[in-house]
Amino acid sequence: MQLISCPWCGPREEVEFHYGGQAHVAYPDDPAALSDEDWARFVFFRDNPSGPFAERWSHAAGCRRWFNAIRDTRSHELLDVYRMDEAQPARTGTS
Amino acid sequence: MTTDRRTAVPPGADLPDHPSFLWPNPDPAKSYDVVIVGGGGHGLATAYYLAKVHGITNVAVLDKGWLAGGNMARNTTIIRSNYLWDESSGIYEHSLKLWENLEAELDYPILFDQRGVLNLAHSLQDVRDSVRRVNANRLNGIDAEWVDADGVQELCPIVNVSPDVRYPVLGATYQPRAGIAKHDYVAWGYARAAAAMGVDLIQNCEVTGIDTVGGRVRGVRTTRGRVAAGKVALCAAGHSSVLAAMAGLRLPVQSHPLQALVSELLEPVHPTVVMSNAVHVYVSQAHKGELVMGAGIDSYNGYGQRGSFHIIERQMAAALELFPIFARAHLLRTWAGIVDVSPDASPIVGLTPIDGLYLNCGWGTGGFKATPGLGDCFAHTVAKDKPHQFNEPFTLERFTTGALVDEHGAAAVAH
Ligand SMILES: Cc1cc2nc3c(=O)[nH]c(=O)nc-3n(C[C@H](O)[C@H](O)[C@H](O)COP(=O)(O)OP(=O)(O)OC[C@H]3O[C@@H](n4cnc5c(N)ncnc54)[C@H](O)[C@@H]3O)c2cc1C
Ligand SMILES: [Zn+2]
Repeated sequence: MQLISCPWCGPREEVEFHYGGQAHVAYPDDPAALSDEDWARFVFFRDNPSGPFAERWSHAAGCRRWFNAIRDTRSHELLDVYRMDEAQPARTGTS
Repeated sequence: MTTDRRTAVPPGADLPDHPSFLWPNPDPAKSYDVVIVGGGGHGLATAYYLAKVHGITNVAVLDKGWLAGGNMARNTTIIRSNYLWDESSGIYEHSLKLWENLEAELDYPILFDQRGVLNLAHSLQDVRDSVRRVNANRLNGIDAEWVDADGVQELCPIVNVSPDVRYPVLGATYQPRAGIAKHDYVAWGYARAAAAMGVDLIQNCEVTGIDTVGGRVRGVRTTRGRVAAGKVALCAAGHSSVLAAMAGLRLPVQSHPLQALVSELLEPVHPTVVMSNAVHVYVSQAHKGELVMGAGIDSYNGYGQRGSFHIIERQMAAALELFPIFARAHLLRTWAGIVDVSPDASPIVGLTPIDGLYLNCGWGTGGFKATPGLGDCFAHTVAKDKPHQFNEPFTLERFTTGALVDEHGAAAVAH
């Protein structure tokens, strides 16, 4: 089974984790100002790259904390994990 | 369905390898009226109906691998049209009607077998949703009935309908005209017929770029050179986002691994198709005798055509809960495809903001059953530059207007 390194607990089995999709999607600053197109983009459109992807995971059956990871969607290899309050590692992009 | 044809061995079907002699293997020409990206079921069916119905034969189907080696080769072949909403009923029932005549249409045996599908209900809410769906189906002229637990047992004696299980079977919806077909033969039937009408089927030809000039598509770049095209139709299933991005288009789909598995070959034990959303497994028995099972997607995005083993474990546990007699069957093989899942679990089929570029994606875990219907409607869309009535609701714009076709929980949607 794939091991995922929780930044708080270290490597644990994948079944302990819950997937949260693309990371770094901020809630709109001024929701009232959004057009329908902007809302559609915020609610329904997410990146879907074949390659490195910055995404959220939650250690649901462990410390129950959310964190971010960079994972290659082709090999499923985790390239980086980092805490929510840490910046996205510079060496990889989301696309 | 013609029984004599069903038992006949299709040309090439007795061979271990792809029967490439059913169609020529040409090099790409410099230009085509229509280039279809993706040689799965959808791309091949679209090419067939473009040629057959619209007389457009200067067409190429380009695939990065071998023909129909993507989800078309990996799906569990469930065919049904018992979806909840009118929009879905339209396109899936159109497709089912085409399935019913497809062997004759293609003059090729596809082992289409209307053995019926049971969608089990395990809770009061399941029962209410199921009965509602039966009524909605009937209003749309789709065969559907509600059967109680005894009825389930009568239709499929090996289902455990004991009340002493965690998720007892309270009943099911039943669509008698639903069934299965042999996916490879469907692909080969369409490929052979399309090639015979002049369509170029080009394998090992990956599209790496889409050329546009002034908002109009001009052609594609491939690993085998540039190919000019009047129109480009995307049928890339799990890779749709990657293709669309080449034209600067962002799609509201996420690509996930979807796994399935088969047992060793067994005597016929399972006469129908059984699906359960609550226990989360679905099972049929293929013509050869293997039990074919699947369940839900792996949660994470993935392009690797493989998923995690705990998903398989859960799937087997669910299968044993419903079918205790499977306990002694052996798992033979597991695999995965890449499915393009949309936010409302409905497809996206139609025009794009780029002239001459047409989009077919978002079928996720359930597009095999749509193969003939989608092919017909998408060919119409490409030929007339206008959606067919049955794909008109399935625009990309619906995510902005809010006119979603939400088939998530409502339609027992899985496959
Ligand atoms: C395990 C599993 C079980 C399923 N079960 C069912 C079921 O029971 N019932 C049902 O209705 N549906 C089912 N589905 C869904 C169904 O298989 C798909 O919705 C359907 O096959 C998608 O259409 P397609 O056949 O054209 O896709 P594919 O066969 O995947 O065709 C897409 C093609 O595009 C090609 N391609 C991708 N990128 C490029 C590129 N850059 N250049 C050139 N070619 C490219 C690929 O090589 C591929 O051949 C299942 C899917 C899976 C994975
Ligand atoms: Zn943790």
